[in-house]
Amino acid sequence: MAQPARPAASYRSQNGAGQQPYSNGPVQNQMMHSSDAQGYSPSVPGPYSHQTPSKVPPHPSSGQYNYSGSQNVSQFNSYQGPGQTLNRTPAAPLSGSPVQQTGPVPQVLPPALQNSAAVSSAGGFPPGVSPPMHPNWQYSQAPVSHPAAAQPSHSAPVAGTGPAQPPPPLSGNPPGSYQYAASPGGPSLQNSYMKPGSVPPPVTQPLTPLHPPSRPPLGPPPVGGPPLIRPSTVTAGAPSTQSLLHSATNQEGDATSAAGDGSVVQNSYDAIEGGGLMATPHPSAPANLKMNRNVGYSYPALPPGYQNTSPPGAPGMQASALQYPDGSKHFHQPPLGTNHLNASMGSLSLQQEGLRPVNLLQERNILPTTLLQAPVPNLHEDIQKLNCNPELFRCTLTNIPQTQALLNKAKLPLGLLLHPFKDLSQLPVVTSSTIVRCRSCRTYINPFVSFLDQRRWKCNLCYRVNDVPEEFMYNPVTRVYGEPHKRPEVQNATIEFMAPSEYMLRPPQPPVYLFVFDVSHNAIETGYLNTVCKTLLDNLDLLPGNTRTKIGFITFDSTIHFYSLQEGLSQPQMLIVSDIEDVFIPMPENLLVNLNENKELIQDLLKSLPQMFTKSLETQSALGPALQAAFKLMSPSGGRISVFQTQLPSVGMGALKSREEPNQRATAKDIHLTPSTDFYKKLALDCSGQQVAVDLFLLSGQYSDLASLGCISRYSAGSVYYYQSYHHKHNPVQVEKLQKELKRYLTRKIGFEAVMRIRCTKGLSIHTFHGNFFVRSTDLLSLPNVNPDAGYAVQMSVEESLTDMQVVSFQSALLYTSSKGERRIRVHTMCLPVVTTLSDVYLGADVQAITGLLANMAVDRSVSATLSDARDALVNAVIDSLSAYRSSVLSIQQPGLMAPSSLRLFPLYVLALLKQKAFQTGTNARLDERIFSMCQVKNQPLVYLMLMTHPSLYRVDNLTDEGALNINDRTIPQPPILQLSVEKLSREGAYLMDAGSVMFLWIGKSCGQSFISQVLGVPNYGSIPQNMTHLPELETAESIRTVAFISWLREQRPFFPILYVIKDDSPLKSSFLQNMIEDRTESALSYYEFLLHIQQQVNK
Amino acid sequence: MESVVFIFSLIDCCALIFLSVYFIITLSDLECDYINARSCCSKLNKWVVPEVIGHAVVTVLMLISLHWFIFLLNLPIATWNIYRFIMVPSGNMGVFDPTEIHNRGQLKSHMKEAMIKLGFHLLCFFMYLYSSTSAAFNKPVG
Repeated sequence: MAQPARPAASYRSQNGAGQQPYSNGPVQNQMMHSSDAQGYSPSVPGPYSHQTPSKVPPHPSSGQYNYSGSQNVSQFNSYQGPGQTLNRTPAAPLSGSPVQQTGPVPQVLPPALQNSAAVSSAGGFPPGVSPPMHPNWQYSQAPVSHPAAAQPSHSAPVAGTGPAQPPPPLSGNPPGSYQYAASPGGPSLQNSYMKPGSVPPPVTQPLTPLHPPSRPPLGPPPVGGPPLIRPSTVTAGAPSTQSLLHSATNQEGDATSAAGDGSVVQNSYDAIEGGGLMATPHPSAPANLKMNRNVGYSYPALPPGYQNTSPPGAPGMQASALQYPDGSKHFHQPPLGTNHLNASMGSLSLQQEGLRPVNLLQERNILPTTLLQAPVPNLHEDIQKLNCNPELFRCTLTNIPQTQALLNKAKLPLGLLLHPFKDLSQLPVVTSSTIVRCRSCRTYINPFVSFLDQRRWKCNLCYRVNDVPEEFMYNPVTRVYGEPHKRPEVQNATIEFMAPSEYMLRPPQPPVYLFVFDVSHNAIETGYLNTVCKTLLDNLDLLPGNTRTKIGFITFDSTIHFYSLQEGLSQPQMLIVSDIEDVFIPMPENLLVNLNENKELIQDLLKSLPQMFTKSLETQSALGPALQAAFKLMSPSGGRISVFQTQLPSVGMGALKSREEPNQRATAKDIHLTPSTDFYKKLALDCSGQQVAVDLFLLSGQYSDLASLGCISRYSAGSVYYYQSYHHKHNPVQVEKLQKELKRYLTRKIGFEAVMRIRCTKGLSIHTFHGNFFVRSTDLLSLPNVNPDAGYAVQMSVEESLTDMQVVSFQSALLYTSSKGERRIRVHTMCLPVVTTLSDVYLGADVQAITGLLANMAVDRSVSATLSDARDALVNAVIDSLSAYRSSVLSIQQPGLMAPSSLRLFPLYVLALLKQKAFQTGTNARLDERIFSMCQVKNQPLVYLMLMTHPSLYRVDNLTDEGALNINDRTIPQPPILQLSVEKLSREGAYLMDAGSVMFLWIGKSCGQSFISQVLGVPNYGSIPQNMTHLPELETAESIRTVAFISWLREQRPFFPILYVIKDDSPLKSSFLQNMIEDRTESALSYYEFLLHIQQQVNK
Repeated sequence: MESVVFIFSLIDCCALIFLSVYFIITLSDLECDYINARSCCSKLNKWVVPEVIGHAVVTVLMLISLHWFIFLLNLPIATWNIYRFIMVPSGNMGVFDPTEIHNRGQLKSHMKEAMIKLGFHLLCFFMYLYSSTSAAFNKPVG
């Protein structure tokens, strides 16, 4: 990764010269393998001087080489990387690079050959993941190119006689036979190639001298022995073999030499690189693509756990030294040079996929039919396997640019999106007395650290070398001593530690829940209290907690009412405080009481509460003082305050005035997105300091200034819920929504007195945070409560260039007190490759994460500047990145709007953002609604944010079992996702739109009778009720399928999306159509128009 | 008279220099995590108004004593101070807001600003010093 240039260069080279080298490679291998290692090896080492791989030959001869990645992995973590790369390289065939990769190539081939031959080696060659590929590839080719006779001869090679013969046919044929030959750019490649080739004699000689140095390390181990010996023998035998080779084919000779001197080749490639990136797709056949892919993943990268931390320069030698000892089992890893090559090849291959330019104006159906998956970082498979789940931790650029300049050039935001407290089905929990952390940067030990030896590990964030503590040497899982690298901490990117007492400032707090209800006249009118009290009553036993759980209640109108729940009272006692200017707590105890010991009293209160204020005529609302009271009540313990508010607070501290002017709603100017007072912010910070979080439920019909009120939750790490025009009779849909969401809210996991720290590798720095929390010090987020439905985002910059780093890591550590009173630390670590070319940066762009981060940035921008600024910034983000791509990556200027394939959905998503409630203009969106939408952008995990922005549309009237999932004996149909355009709707169909927190089922006017009767359970279209929100569970196949599909969608998220069944005349139809993002509306462009606009700007 | 004006300016300028240093120290404390954002901002916000007034007084004084060059030199910074103070959004807790100071590189820009002011005040200090001495020794200087 460190070498940006190479990939590109190599790539080209591959295209052009590919065939020759390749063919040569194989030949050599054959020679080596087939002959007994001795004669051949000398020559081999020579050429390969730089590359330790050359030693491979010996191993093969011993029959030990494992090609399979898996094996390598298990044995040498570190080495794997290389091992695989080696394997892969061959796969890379296409690429002419074989030259460089000489090491690997040889190895691969032999197996293939042998296999074909039948055998002998078969034992030695455990089929790994990658190996199978190669054989196939080779095979297929082999038959074609070679006369049948050739193969038989191969079997012979083992004996040692065969070598000479096989090569010629192979070498000769391959060039012709390989498809890659035709690729453009060949000339340049060949040239480069030729250079090395011409030098053969010199190369070999220098090599031998070189070898000795490399050998020593290798020597000692058993395996090492043979190599040593060989050289000497070689010298004698070499001539013959070599001569054979050379004579057999000039090409071969060239190849070998070329191969041998990897460095030379690379240089030449680099030189070439200047030429222009190969952004254009390869002519290669699909098969090739496949291969490429494999290769791609084998990114050079570091070997896992044990990796040699040696800088790229240091190379092969060290690696080999390490490996050699065990060499018997394995291949040694390719020198770094090879890695680079591989890397380059990998990226090349990926390029085909990810960097293929797409002309957006011509791609009509650009939306994939399945949910878009996060891109996989271009890391070695074994590292990637350990990497953090993208749902928890995601980066906007999965290839991190090496320098800030490169990042600026790409015009894409660099940032992380986190969902650290997500409910997980599997989470390893470690209890140990010492938690191993880096001594200088306090990073937790993680899968991406490197073990220098058994006793020392090197931090992957600050590169400090730390000691492995004695306890860590014992692995509790396998019960083996001396395997620190197998400990769960080093095998899981997501892990939870039970924290010892050093991680506590005070004894873990009990779970404390305080509910604050608005009981003014207005609030009672809406009837929300009934729903809330009932839901609370039902879920009282499900509140997360233990025997220490405490609960309390406050109600307020223009005065504040406390409820004493003292043991022994026959019924709750209400205490009224009417001095709202200077709020005090009327009694020190019994306002917050133990839930389990006083359950009956609490239930009494919840049952009587809704009736207590029915006659209230008080219209004022003293929210501010009520919050102050709540804060005072909670501050000794910390905990959660849930506030239910139905109107603009009007008296006491924190009273607000209405700022909304209905006729200005549509314009983007002069709308009040900023808080009007700092009262709520200050109070929130006070709360945060006392470990109290405030969650706000706003149920109001009129403007309630959510912009100001929201601060109370935003800075105390709470969450905001908004139910517009809530009314128990007039708006039953909201009632159900409140019920469902409240249930989830009450029963979900909760972490108290939490702090989160996000660390990243030295050189990267976080400069902006998004989400609900208070940034207490540079990188410490204070989260009085943490809940599983909250997402966070941060923006980063590259402060010092990441030279010499192949990968960077990010770690988030969340320290919290669970509802059971345990102090725990949840740690997520993610590792990403570093790249040096712009094309690689584009290649790794994660369009969803970018959109999510941009949305967060746009919210900030609309608050600090104006909404129209934010909208412009969004559009500019697309224009800038696409024009940067056009001018810096695309070598050929094509007409149209070109985007890298990784960003092909970027304009669509940005358009969706522009049409999202938070940022739209020209509609009558209420201010509170808009602000709530902004809160959601800031606080939602990426998955839900994307669904909210760009819903998925499915056709559901013709569901079939084709391609269906099968989960727990349920068949779940998987209809394709449709583009969000009315054009895709047909009157004969029924469509389900999944927008995250809501779902719409739109029934076309002429929808099939069978669907209406068998799924909706009504006789005809006309009789579909206006407010249908449930599908009946009928015994018909259609109904079962539809219901299964919808409930499957619902099960995937923690909250309960409500389903609205809508017809043409439904009032909700407009919200359904508003989500048709690709269509034109009065005030917004259609997707195609938007593209034209972008194109115009890009081509300017 | 002349020298009185400059001696007053000199004292005022000293105060502003100390204030700038205090800002810098406090901000760097925050940078190093010695204090938290909340206490840092409340400390600093207390001194924003005195700074604005202190600087405005010198500027006005220069205007009425008809030292045009020094007045024009002071004007931009005085204006910036006042502008910054007026433009604080209603929801913020002052020029320094604890919830935002760690975002978008605000800390760095505050730091830079304090540095620039320190430099400026030092320059002014020597200028006043020179002017006051020269005013004291030879009256005609103006």
